[in-house]
Amino acid sequence: MGRKGNSSMLTISHISKTFDGIKALNDVSLTLERGKVTALIGPNGAGKTTLFNIINGFIKPDGGRITYLGKAIIGQPPYIIARRGIARTFQVLRLFESLSVLDNLLLSFRENRGEALFRLYFSPCSVLNTEEKNRTKALELIQLVGLTAKVSEPAKELSYGQQKLLSLAMCLAMGGDLLLLDEPVAGVDPEMFRRILSLIEALCRDESKTVCFIEHHMGAVAEVADRVIFMDDGKIIDDGTYQQVAKSQSSLRAYIR
Amino acid sequence: MNYLLHIIIFIEIYIIAAVSLNLISGYTGLISVAHAAFYGIGAYIVALLALHFHTPFMLNLVLAIIGAVALATVVALPSLRLTEDYFIIATFAFQVIIYSVMNNWVSFTSGPLGLPGIPQPVIFGWVVDNHISFLVLGGILAILAYLFSWRIANSPYGRVLKGVREDEILAEALGKNTMRFKVTVFLVGSGLVAIAGSLYAVYITFIDPSSFTIDESIFMLSIVIVGGMGNLWGSVLGAVLLVSIPEILRFLGMPNSIAANMRQILYGLLLVLFMVFRPRGMIGEKR
Repeated sequence: MGRKGNSSMLTISHISKTFDGIKALNDVSLTLERGKVTALIGPNGAGKTTLFNIINGFIKPDGGRITYLGKAIIGQPPYIIARRGIARTFQVLRLFESLSVLDNLLLSFRENRGEALFRLYFSPCSVLNTEEKNRTKALELIQLVGLTAKVSEPAKELSYGQQKLLSLAMCLAMGGDLLLLDEPVAGVDPEMFRRILSLIEALCRDESKTVCFIEHHMGAVAEVADRVIFMDDGKIIDDGTYQQVAKSQSSLRAYIR
Repeated sequence: MNYLLHIIIFIEIYIIAAVSLNLISGYTGLISVAHAAFYGIGAYIVALLALHFHTPFMLNLVLAIIGAVALATVVALPSLRLTEDYFIIATFAFQVIIYSVMNNWVSFTSGPLGLPGIPQPVIFGWVVDNHISFLVLGGILAILAYLFSWRIANSPYGRVLKGVREDEILAEALGKNTMRFKVTVFLVGSGLVAIAGSLYAVYITFIDPSSFTIDESIFMLSIVIVGGMGNLWGSVLGAVLLVSIPEILRFLGMPNSIAANMRQILYGLLLVLFMVFRPRGMIGEKR
């Protein structure tokens, strides 16, 4: 799939996390390869979102290692991990609600010289320059996700599907190479569903982004995922193509229940 | 005439205070009740330097800003690690500490007796000693403080401040070092209000701790809320309104003892009415 072959983007080894005696993650290891779409599936409470939170630094694991492009990222604050190139969306959507769609996007770029106080007063031209560049890019992304008509509306005025598109666009504006998407198509109408899925596919195909997404909608998983990881009780139960996992998952279900 | 000028000079002082607090509380969402403490620190630094060392006003002003920023750093680093409610409590504690120091460190601040006879400023040969010249000095400082804040409010930096207010976790996930933004804006706001404090000290020529209490902090916050959080013009209008309203009471022929209480009641009433009917203030944030 990816143009750059099978180099590994993210390597997770032996990650464990316990919340109040409950093992949310139990010795999880996996490697995400560049340009691939990986789906994380499994029942609620399987530890999928916890894994995302550990990767982007919101939660510290009890043990284990994570390397991104060969460098350890555990223990780094979330903003550093984000700056390294790991972007994410949230299961319960997070947006800057009272700010406009454009401002939401402009806040998502990793580099903006005008965000340093000193430069506002001593290097105003460079501030203006990056602001103009970012604005152009932001408007392109807004067009890509089809929100051009809503540019100056506050984010909270958008429909749920449009908010999902906006959060995806913000992820893209960050320019990260690894996108962690938490339930990207949950609760959207069929038209929005198509748009989001084709966007994800295009990202991996055309821009060799690596995507890892959590999803309960098996139609979406079957359609875009190169690889499916089935988690339950904080452990990886199965790992393979959709067909492989679907086959063994049913036998697994029968086995457990 | 002088009475009118006097009110305008006070409006100028409070414009500086409210605009700087708006950056912290309106834009960034950090509700601070310690603003009067930094206002007082500015006033005390200018007063003490002028009284003991007879240094020129401009130098004192710069040192007052530096002093307030330095102290703000000490406050900001631990308290900004706290989330909303706890941050308010931390600033409250700092406000109380500063007031106690001003009140009790008698050998340094003269305690409740205050510091009388603060020399009036001479700026490069310009003697500021009457109402008109104070009006001009206050106007210049207020305009500078406003422009400085305007630059912040309407910049990518200011946009991140709003982002931090809206959703700090999202801002972190997007690669913003939210702590850096919170600390720096707190320092900037505290430094700016020290200018207001300096102006107050040299204009009144007498300061004592009673001008820098928690009541004063809450008054400044009221200006920001009534004027409109996240809108600098709102703070200007708020300052005009809240400083001049109690003066109008005087003309209603109310004896001073009652007018003072009426003032408090009126502020309280105004705040409640705004919270209920116009929570965004007179002019809210631009969208």
